[in-house]
Amino acid sequence: MTRQRSLFDVVGPVMVGPSSSHTAGAVRLGLLARAVFGSTPAHARIGLHGSFASTGRGHGTDLALVAGLLGIAPDDLSIRDAVRLAEQAGLCVDFVDVDLGQAHPNTARFELSSPDGRTATLEGSSLGGGDVVLTRIDGYDVEVTGDLPLLLVAHLDRPGEVAAVTAVLAEEAVNIAGMQVSRERRGADALMLIETDLEVGEDALARIATAEGVTGVRVVPAV
Amino acid sequence: MAHTSFASLLADAEVHGSLAAAALALEVLETGRVAEEVRAGMRATLGVMRESVDAGRAGRARSRSGLSGGDAALLATGARGPLAGPLTEALASALAVAEVNASMGRIVAAPTGGASGVLPGVLLTVADSLGAGDEPLVDALLTAAAVGGVIATRASLSGAAGGCQAEIGSAAAMAAAAGVEMAGGTPACSGHAASLALQGLLGLVCDPVGGLVEVPCVARNATGAAVALAAMEMALAGIEFPIPFDEVVEAASQVGRSIPPSLRETARGGLAVTPTGARLGHGASAGEG
Repeated sequence: MTRQRSLFDVVGPVMVGPSSSHTAGAVRLGLLARAVFGSTPAHARIGLHGSFASTGRGHGTDLALVAGLLGIAPDDLSIRDAVRLAEQAGLCVDFVDVDLGQAHPNTARFELSSPDGRTATLEGSSLGGGDVVLTRIDGYDVEVTGDLPLLLVAHLDRPGEVAAVTAVLAEEAVNIAGMQVSRERRGADALMLIETDLEVGEDALARIATAEGVTGVRVVPAV
Repeated sequence: MAHTSFASLLADAEVHGSLAAAALALEVLETGRVAEEVRAGMRATLGVMRESVDAGRAGRARSRSGLSGGDAALLATGARGPLAGPLTEALASALAVAEVNASMGRIVAAPTGGASGVLPGVLLTVADSLGAGDEPLVDALLTAAAVGGVIATRASLSGAAGGCQAEIGSAAAMAAAAGVEMAGGTPACSGHAASLALQGLLGLVCDPVGGLVEVPCVARNATGAAVALAAMEMALAGIEFPIPFDEVVEAASQVGRSIPPSLRETARGGLAVTPTGARLGHGASAGEG
């Protein structure tokens, strides 16, 4: 959705090399996947598509994606040790080459799971200069750049859901920068993505979580 | 968004007194941060640049593939050709940062990781020559970022989209414009320096051996820095490039689109497919397992 660009995007970011797209962008994709999943997963199968598959390992893309899943920032030198750190953190990773058709050449697919049975499948692309976009969250087409905090609301597809959520945000004085609603099919499960200028606070989150028809809420910080 | 044309940046510089001040004013306006906060951010950026220069010049950076590392130290401590002085220093520092980048060290993308050596190589050397401290360097980084922002808007900063001219070419234009301002040149003079730098690298292809940001990328940071210094010297002497910078950028955009995909970061052309390039590239990926 919203792309924030500043002078620090041109002279910057501060990052661990060698490639803003294949390394720094890959860390950010991992961070976004982790944030959407809600914790460090116990298992991650990472599919590499296009240039990520062909030249990614030479750029440390593999290390970078794992680092992101561990919550390590793009400028943190421990990216180099991400595989060892993953073992310590109980994260088991395997990589596969995948063909995602017309997807952007720098695309990764994450299949994440945890012992409590939670799973998530996400796809995202690194567009250059560290800019990224998550394009799929489970069954939903999305566009998440990670440039602003994001509120994810899983809900039932029925009238009044968007109004109920945005009313809470209005009352809590949270400004909405961008918004998408995506659904599996009419009347089934749906996903609301709301980009906000400031991260949504605990109170607002609790109120949204208990609203009728809302089945899950998560805050994804800017990465 | 930063300035979308050099013409608008120039016009704002008339009002604010310099390109750096114009860039800072727009950043403050658009991000809501106060000026001192922005300057502090650039000071931190400058600190990372200095650390990467020092690490590379000391020869501490070695890449996983073994294809790069150690050349900056040769230039910094060993050979002294007939042009020893600021030129050699700039080349050494540009190589240093590029080697640190290739070794998965910490750098400032400027505008990209692959071209991260040009700006510190040129600007830190020019500052040393002038005896300038941190604040003029912070100004220089603001100016460089504004110039890069213009290129990002009107063309591209990505080698995959526009070839190496989009990375090293952009970095050289940014460095030349900022270097001229630091040396006391007018905003218009900075524009000529940016044009002179970018025209010298127009059409440069992106042909990385093995797809790695090492050969020729590391060396190109040094040669790109040399082009930026040449452009600076010419512009400061009063040489004016007849094509305005915005139009040179348009040309770069058009040329970039005409560069075949084999020469845009795919490792399927140029140096990457020479017999030696192919052998080195294969060895590098095999070595990584």
